Amino acid sequence: MEGQTQARYDAEVDNLKDTELRLGLPGSDEEPKKAPKKRGLEDSSVKAPAETGPTAKAQVVGWPPVRSYRKNSIQMVKKGGDQNNEKGGMLVKVSMDGAPYLRKVDLNMYKGYRELREGLDVMFKCFPAAKDEFAVAYEDKDGDLMLVGDVPWEMFITSCKKLRIMKGNEAIGLSSSP
Amino acid sequence: MKVQSAMFYFPEEVIEHIFSFLTHHPDRNTVSTVCKAWYKIERLSRCEVFVGNCYAIRPDRAAARFPGLRSLTLKGKPHFADFDLVPPDWGGLAGPWIEAMARSCPNLEELRMKRMVVSDESLELLVHAFPNFKALVLVSCEGFSTDGLAAVARSCKSLRELDLQENEIEDRGPRWLNSFPDMCTSLVSLNFACLKGEVNLKSLERLVCRSPNLKCLRLNRAVPVETLAKIMNQCPNLEDLGTGSLLADQFSEAYVSLISALQKCKKLRSLSGFWDASPLCLLAVYPICANLTGLNLSYAPTVQGQDFINLIQHCVKLLRLWVLDSVGDKGLAVVASACKELQELRVFPSDLFAAGPATVTEEGLVAISTGCPKLNSLLYFCHSMTNSALITVSKNCPNFTRFRLCILEPRKPDPATNEPLDEGFGAVVKTCKNLRRFSISGLLTDQVFYYIGKYAKALEMLSIAFAGDTDQGMTYVLNGCKNLRKLEIRDCPFGDGALLADVTKYETMRSLWMSSCDISLRGCKALATKMPSLNVEIINEWEAEMEENLNNGVAEVISNNNNKHINNGNDERKVEKLYVYRTVGGPRTDAPDFVWTL
Repeated sequence: MEGQTQARYDAEVDNLKDTELRLGLPGSDEEPKKAPKKRGLEDSSVKAPAETGPTAKAQVVGWPPVRSYRKNSIQMVKKGGDQNNEKGGMLVKVSMDGAPYLRKVDLNMYKGYRELREGLDVMFKCFPAAKDEFAVAYEDKDGDLMLVGDVPWEMFITSCKKLRIMKGNEAIGLSSSP
Repeated sequence: MKVQSAMFYFPEEVIEHIFSFLTHHPDRNTVSTVCKAWYKIERLSRCEVFVGNCYAIRPDRAAARFPGLRSLTLKGKPHFADFDLVPPDWGGLAGPWIEAMARSCPNLEELRMKRMVVSDESLELLVHAFPNFKALVLVSCEGFSTDGLAAVARSCKSLRELDLQENEIEDRGPRWLNSFPDMCTSLVSLNFACLKGEVNLKSLERLVCRSPNLKCLRLNRAVPVETLAKIMNQCPNLEDLGTGSLLADQFSEAYVSLISALQKCKKLRSLSGFWDASPLCLLAVYPICANLTGLNLSYAPTVQGQDFINLIQHCVKLLRLWVLDSVGDKGLAVVASACKELQELRVFPSDLFAAGPATVTEEGLVAISTGCPKLNSLLYFCHSMTNSALITVSKNCPNFTRFRLCILEPRKPDPATNEPLDEGFGAVVKTCKNLRRFSISGLLTDQVFYYIGKYAKALEMLSIAFAGDTDQGMTYVLNGCKNLRKLEIRDCPFGDGALLADVTKYETMRSLWMSSCDISLRGCKALATKMPSLNVEIINEWEAEMEENLNNGVAEVISNNNNKHINNGNDERKVEKLYVYRTVGGPRTDAPDFVWTL
């Protein structure tokens, strides 16, 4: 059951990538190379970041250590100049069942679901609880707990208020029904 | 002994005169501790005070001790605040300091602040309270707007320096530049590069026209080439220029004017800005490159590839270079062959996310170290690094005083051997005896900390992230680095054992920062109990709802309303963020709800 949910999740994430809008400097290659093999849930928490491919980058708050002023400048260039409402980033809390404290991530720092997952892997891998299988859920504007990955990334980051990494068996009830 | 007792027979004026040769703050601090007489003479004659942590002493006390103060330097938030690790409203308020100075130190002329929160009201007070005020330098500060700048411009009769570096300034329109009165002709240095909004170009031109002493001028992105050309024609004595937007059409009047203006500036030594720089504008810069000692292209992603190479190969006297990693290893190789005098190099990431094809690797760094043996200061963001490269670099450049390497992916090993980077960083500390500042990254075990503790005897500041295996790592550093002043750690498996390994050590340091490590409330409480001369502060943004998500036995809801001491609940709870610093000012009186002083 768990494997099924994950395979669907991965498939949908890959589909969504095709529809993601990206802006970048001409000539810059922003499309991450697709990993040769889909990574299952069971792989994600034990694989070291180095093995996930040269373009897989983990994003955590405050990393890389670049001053906010400079980060904003980079983002201004990438998004075509207008600073828009990304000042301060989209910081949301991330809790993980069994972990002693919460973390925060800036959803703007990720391009899509894959990078988000990798970022969460890096952040939480040191907690003993990370050995089990996990699903990532989020709380939306209405306060409902939803499984991450169902909606397009851009829609997700505007509606996500909090992230929660749950034990796999608890997440079964959340899988979206056809 | 005989000489020392003879000193007591000197009149105070003579001792004061002797002290005037001591300009280094630590030296002045030392003489003030010799005896009461010397303390009094020293404090009354002290002109410059440096406060590395604004909470280490109460503002009133500092102001009262040094009534003759002319120059004050203040640092507020911990360094990791630059990377969003410190919540907003944490503190570091400039207001209380400015108010205290206003009461006790009327001679204040210069104020330099870093990572502090400054309000417009404080700026108003600043310029009205000090009739001789001459220089304001704000680095990485926030809390003020262009209205505050207008107040400074308007009221300072003899303003010499207004230097704004990478601050978050609320833009309330371009009028602030108009506020410099017509009689203000004293400007030597003006830097508003970090302002995001428009400026009144005519006011800017007029201001420059009536500032014959202007040596340093750094414009923001809103200033076009036409204005730049006009300005440069007015100040041929400029030494330091930050260009605005360097976007120019082919052979426009502005472009031609810029070329001739630049050629007149024979004293120009430092260039920065280069926003939107077009290749044509870069051509205009070539004639002055041969005399440049400083070049900052880190906000110019358009200057890469052949454009960069064409520019940098002329810069043979360069001492300081800041670039983006988009120049690539190829670009760095050209730097290595052209800039033989290079002392400082900073390579910033142009993309925070993923690897593009044209970024820098260990090859670029090795090339630089081979070509630029005088290199002593490095900040290098890259995608990977090898042990052998680091060993080569340290052999080539044994003079590093600052070495900061950031591998973008946390815990990444040496890709050639799949091993940790302990040996590489170990080589740096073994070879570079004068290393004062060190930042490490990549996959690292306790071994690298063994090396740091054993060899980095001059080390003053160490930044660690995603490194180490056990408490022993941190312990090596605390035990071995006898000159350590600042230690900042994030996402490392160091726990209470490491924290409490040598508690008296923290009294010899300015501060310790630990976030996302393995320390518990119990450990922090123990530290606070043992060392009353330290402020042990915990930053926790917990809320009651977190309890619902946890299932590790912590069941109680923590009520945090105005209760800064955690007396209920489980002391085994892990602490999110810890900030420890020595202080004579006691616990903070301005701490927000989420900062708990133990």
